[in-house]
Amino acid sequence: MIAEAKETRASEVKSQSLHPLFELTAMRVREFLREKEAVFWVFVFPVLMTFALGIAFRNTAPEKTPVAIEASTTDTRASELAGVLSRSEEITATVVTPDEASRALRSGKVSIVVKPQDDTFEYRFDPTRPESRAARLLVDDVLQRGKGRTDVAQIAEQKVTEPGARYVDFLVPGLIGMNMMGSGLWGLGFTIVIARSRKLLKRFAATPMRRSHYLLSFMLSRLIFLVLEVAAVIVFAALAFGFTVRGSWLSLGLITVLGGFTFSGIGLLVAARPTTIEGVSGLMNFIMLPMWLLSGTFFSSERFPEVLQPFIKALPLTALNDVLRALMNEGATLASMWIPISVLLAWCLISFVVALKIFKWQ
Amino acid sequence: MSTQVSPAAAAVARQRVALRCLGLVKRFTDVTAVNGVDLQVYAGECFGLLGPNGAGKTTTVEILEGLTPSDEGTVELLGQNWNSGRDNRALRERIGVQLQETQLAEKVTVVETLRLFRSFYARGHDVEEVIRTVALEEKRNARVGKLSGGQKQRLAVACALVSDPELLFLDEPTTGLDPQARLSLWDIVERFRDGGGTILLTTHYMEEATRLCDRVAIMDHGKVIALGTPAELIESLGADQVIEFSVTNPLTDEPLTNLPAVTNLHKRGDVYALTVSEIGVALPGLLAEIKRQQSELVTLTTHQATLEDVFVSLTGRMLRDS
Repeated sequence: MIAEAKETRASEVKSQSLHPLFELTAMRVREFLREKEAVFWVFVFPVLMTFALGIAFRNTAPEKTPVAIEASTTDTRASELAGVLSRSEEITATVVTPDEASRALRSGKVSIVVKPQDDTFEYRFDPTRPESRAARLLVDDVLQRGKGRTDVAQIAEQKVTEPGARYVDFLVPGLIGMNMMGSGLWGLGFTIVIARSRKLLKRFAATPMRRSHYLLSFMLSRLIFLVLEVAAVIVFAALAFGFTVRGSWLSLGLITVLGGFTFSGIGLLVAARPTTIEGVSGLMNFIMLPMWLLSGTFFSSERFPEVLQPFIKALPLTALNDVLRALMNEGATLASMWIPISVLLAWCLISFVVALKIFKWQ
Repeated sequence: MSTQVSPAAAAVARQRVALRCLGLVKRFTDVTAVNGVDLQVYAGECFGLLGPNGAGKTTTVEILEGLTPSDEGTVELLGQNWNSGRDNRALRERIGVQLQETQLAEKVTVVETLRLFRSFYARGHDVEEVIRTVALEEKRNARVGKLSGGQKQRLAVACALVSDPELLFLDEPTTGLDPQARLSLWDIVERFRDGGGTILLTTHYMEEATRLCDRVAIMDHGKVIALGTPAELIESLGADQVIEFSVTNPLTDEPLTNLPAVTNLHKRGDVYALTVSEIGVALPGLLAEIKRQQSELVTLTTHQATLEDVFVSLTGRMLRDS
């Protein structure tokens, strides 16, 4: 009908435009890549964060237990005792005066003070300090053996400090989760509200553009960047800290997509109404701040009180972090993580449905 | 309203109607922005809504564009109506829109922007062709953020033209542009009209309405207060010259309006504006009258009557200072 009415004026067009969904997605990608600051916060910042925290909390060799021997320096028994204790690889013993010994114990410089008497030893330590209790056991063991006690049971030891149990292993999935939340919310929330405040949404609404295409273009561009975002952190952590992903890459891919969509949905919801940048910024901080604190990015969310746990577990970032950790650190299967996965799915569906219902184009 | 029907207007009346609205009303919480507007725009004409800021032009246009629902009244566009809450894509395919406040994305280039808009339409012009139409060939690969005001505005119009629309809406397309940029936009509008397109444009520049529009509706406070071709509206003043002057001592009005060849008198602050049919007859009388009232001339200018004078005679205000 349109073509009929306009046939006479229609020019011979060789259209250079592709499908609107492609053009819209390409626009998203271009706008993002041409915004240098956005590129920094999404790609470089998480890598820097991984590096800084990985270094700060790297695992070091176990420290020796400091022990003070209380006696005058001329006392030969004391220096003999120091010799015996220092033979143990886990102890550094020093001979000090009674005054110094008390001060060192009080200030935590030593964990225990040993005072040799004629045939006995006196231990002085603070039983409320875990390292003091450990020192007592250690010192006692060395002294008793020195006096000829023999072990009765045969013990085999296996020392385990392997990738998967270090802080950096805990941190990487959390950083990835947090980054997915940030880029989903900022990426959609900001871009949409800017377009609304600049009346660009209204301008689009005046064209035959399918509104679903506009929103889908955000999903697609998010997907493209998600892959890069997640890969940047994992590759960096693997190179710098020997980080490994124990679960299947397919599962990780699926969860990344689910997490990306969930936070895109929440971003869409946040952007559904506000007309100013200030408005949407406030709303986003209001939503993200509790999750930064509670959702176990930097330390385990289990540390919060029991009464808060149901609430914390229901947060999308907690769910995502839990699934990512189980996958990356423990090699868990998706089926075993059905609870947090259901939480994510619920957030994803609800936020999309509500966002599309209340979305304003002008 | 213009009561005379000129031959030109009569010819127009026989033409196909591209746009018609009846009894449009739009109330916002604190103001009735549109208060009973009836309009008919014929296919192939350039129709202007002329009025000061806040007259209700933009609200009217956005109702016609199907972007704002009206509280009362009906709109018919190219024989179709806007369906509230339904798919209006078929109708949107046929119209082109430039909004007053839209700022296009700054980080993308001219050609990328046009490709995007072109992709929304099933049919339309080639992107390169539209770039030539609006003379942005040199800026083809420049980012929108780097364009001048005039170039941005030409791009906005290009986005409206890229679908080869039958009906083009332009909302204050030249506001804030320098004279050169304004001329080049007028050129684009005229070429579109010459190609058979229909245009509805709003403006608060009377020169723009006079130059571009076949017919003009003058709006004020949400209502159409005059309608006709620019020539008809100016004729309706019953004069073709305006004498504006100021004097040292205030004059009494009555003797001024009774002077020969004077048809109307308006006072705006210290400035008197006389509309006169023959300036050669009116001027000596005026000078004598000023002398008789023992006042002296401070300034005096004369000009051909314009749409501005029509607006002043209808409202007592200037287009741009209300």
